[in-house]
Amino acid sequence: MIKKSIDYAEVLSEGIGTLTLNKTRTGLAILGIVIGIGSVIALVSLGQATQASISARIESLGSNLLTINPGAQNTGAVRGAAGSRTTLTLDDANAIANSPDITTINSVSPEFSRRTQIITGANNTNTQVVGVADTYTEVHKVAIDQGSFITQRDVAAINKVAVLGSQVVTDLFGAGANPIGQTIRISGKTFTIVGTTVSKGGTGFGNQDDIVYVPISTAQKELFGVNYLSSIALEAKSASVMTAAQDEVGYFLLTRHHLSDPTQADFSILSQQDILNTASATTSTFTSLLSGIAAISLLVGGIGIMNIMLVTVTERTREIGLRKALGAQKRNIIAQFLTESIILTFTGGIIGIFFGIAASYIISRLTSSGFVISPSSILLAFVVSAGIGILFGWYPAQRAANLQPIEALRYE
Amino acid sequence: MELQGEVLVVELRLDSETKMTEKPIIVTRHLSKIYKTESLETVALADVSIQINKGEFVAIMGPSGSGKSTLMHILGALDKPTQGEYILDGENVEKLSDDELADIRNRKIGFVFQAFNLLPRTTALKNVMLPMVYAGIPKEERLKIAQKYLTMVGLADRMNHTTNQISGGQQQRVAIARALCLNPAMILADEPTGNIASAQAEEIMDIFQKLNREGHTIVMITHEPDIAEHAQRIIHIKDGRIVLDSTSHKQRLINKK
Repeated sequence: MIKKSIDYAEVLSEGIGTLTLNKTRTGLAILGIVIGIGSVIALVSLGQATQASISARIESLGSNLLTINPGAQNTGAVRGAAGSRTTLTLDDANAIANSPDITTINSVSPEFSRRTQIITGANNTNTQVVGVADTYTEVHKVAIDQGSFITQRDVAAINKVAVLGSQVVTDLFGAGANPIGQTIRISGKTFTIVGTTVSKGGTGFGNQDDIVYVPISTAQKELFGVNYLSSIALEAKSASVMTAAQDEVGYFLLTRHHLSDPTQADFSILSQQDILNTASATTSTFTSLLSGIAAISLLVGGIGIMNIMLVTVTERTREIGLRKALGAQKRNIIAQFLTESIILTFTGGIIGIFFGIAASYIISRLTSSGFVISPSSILLAFVVSAGIGILFGWYPAQRAANLQPIEALRYE
Repeated sequence: MELQGEVLVVELRLDSETKMTEKPIIVTRHLSKIYKTESLETVALADVSIQINKGEFVAIMGPSGSGKSTLMHILGALDKPTQGEYILDGENVEKLSDDELADIRNRKIGFVFQAFNLLPRTTALKNVMLPMVYAGIPKEERLKIAQKYLTMVGLADRMNHTTNQISGGQQQRVAIARALCLNPAMILADEPTGNIASAQAEEIMDIFQKLNREGHTIVMITHEPDIAEHAQRIIHIKDGRIVLDSTSHKQRLINKK
């Protein structure tokens, strides 16, 4: 028997013809796929936008940043919280900055921070007060809006001057005010405001705009009465020497603290990359979770298609019988029903892609996160929708093809 | 009138007898079909041996339940016999797969059904082209052939009407055009006039007789004696057996030309 070629153009036009006969049903079947594909694209793009914005925020903390934190306080068998020890000092910071052995570090920023209440006139706010040196702006990429930042001279002279983050300016003086020359009271001491910083954006815990900068010497001696640091931030010369810098500084501090074994270190060094890696691992888990949820809705859409196709096969039993009586072979019938289900899912896929893009745009607007559409997710959605058409169209098509012509012709 | 009719019948009979030695279209040997359910066996056909030759117009008659529909299904390659042999136009049908049977039906049999069985909401042209789609005939050629046969059955002005826009008789003529389009070895008609008015039934019989005069082989299943009499040969079937196979009746001729 000669295998006859299938006229696919005819099959396609017939399929479209059949599907347009019952527009409501076709529309509902397509809707399932539209929602499935649309939500895959929207949720993947939401996930990627979140990932991008978290990465951007971490990078805005300073590039090539290394942070030295004091280790945990051990009292006998009791291990205290990390960072609770007082082993880091201003001398450590100066030693790192001045050591000829350390070649990979650009600048060193000693820091001491504590939350406290600050007052001006009738207003007050609880904020992070950070004692810093002039190197802070370089290491943390802080830009000055008005006035100037803390200088080396301020540190040396233990001046009572303060630089305010934009959030603090808003809280104490109102949005857009110029507070230069005015005074604030921190822990009962009066500070003159010499500058404000440009907003870095960000909200909630660790907001970089809700900060008051004072000279490190003033913070240690005048405000909090301590002689240690809460952290030392370092800027490495380039991203490629981050690991080398971590080792160099690590061994330098071990020697300075008279420790022979790295396991006994009373400090830890965390690189920007470590934080970034942790954050991207978290956000990519988040993205997978969202994609998983979207995939379920796509699956439900596919089952919807299968349901519609099964109903169609039952309804058209007589027609299938007739076609077989007139010489349609199994593959003709399979081609016919598969084509219909692929048309359904493909149309749904295309509409879904547009819906998904529109939805991600709206989400990006509402959450003021970036608008990210990855071509790969669109391609994936396309392939998946066609695949679902084949997968869920296959069973009904097989059922149709295996109908016996007499039974089908007799069917009422 | 009557005399002329008789003469014609004799001529036709002679004609078919000479052809008998030439080319058999249908040969069945001891065909039987038994339907089995858990509790009982129903014999639908028992030991049916017939031969139908090229150019014959045969009516298969019988009351309902006689097995004539079962015979029609087997002759139409829609069903397989339980026992016996069936040779259609030189091809043994009994051991073919579903797809091979579909191919046989497509090439060798033109079906005309009682319920017309046209695709709903589809034009006459598209309906006639359907078997040609499965035969793999190119589109332009399909269209040309379909137009030719629709014109032949007198529906030149109804080609683009959909099936629900034309009468039952016209629908049956579309079905005949569809049956003819691939030039089959035989036309197999199952109660072709069962669903249409008697005046239109005459028209259908007229078309069959014309086709027969042109050399087409026609096998028609019916339970109406006056419809059966339009054929040259009538096979009576009862309880699954052939009880009478005769050409002794006077064939009703609608148009003698």
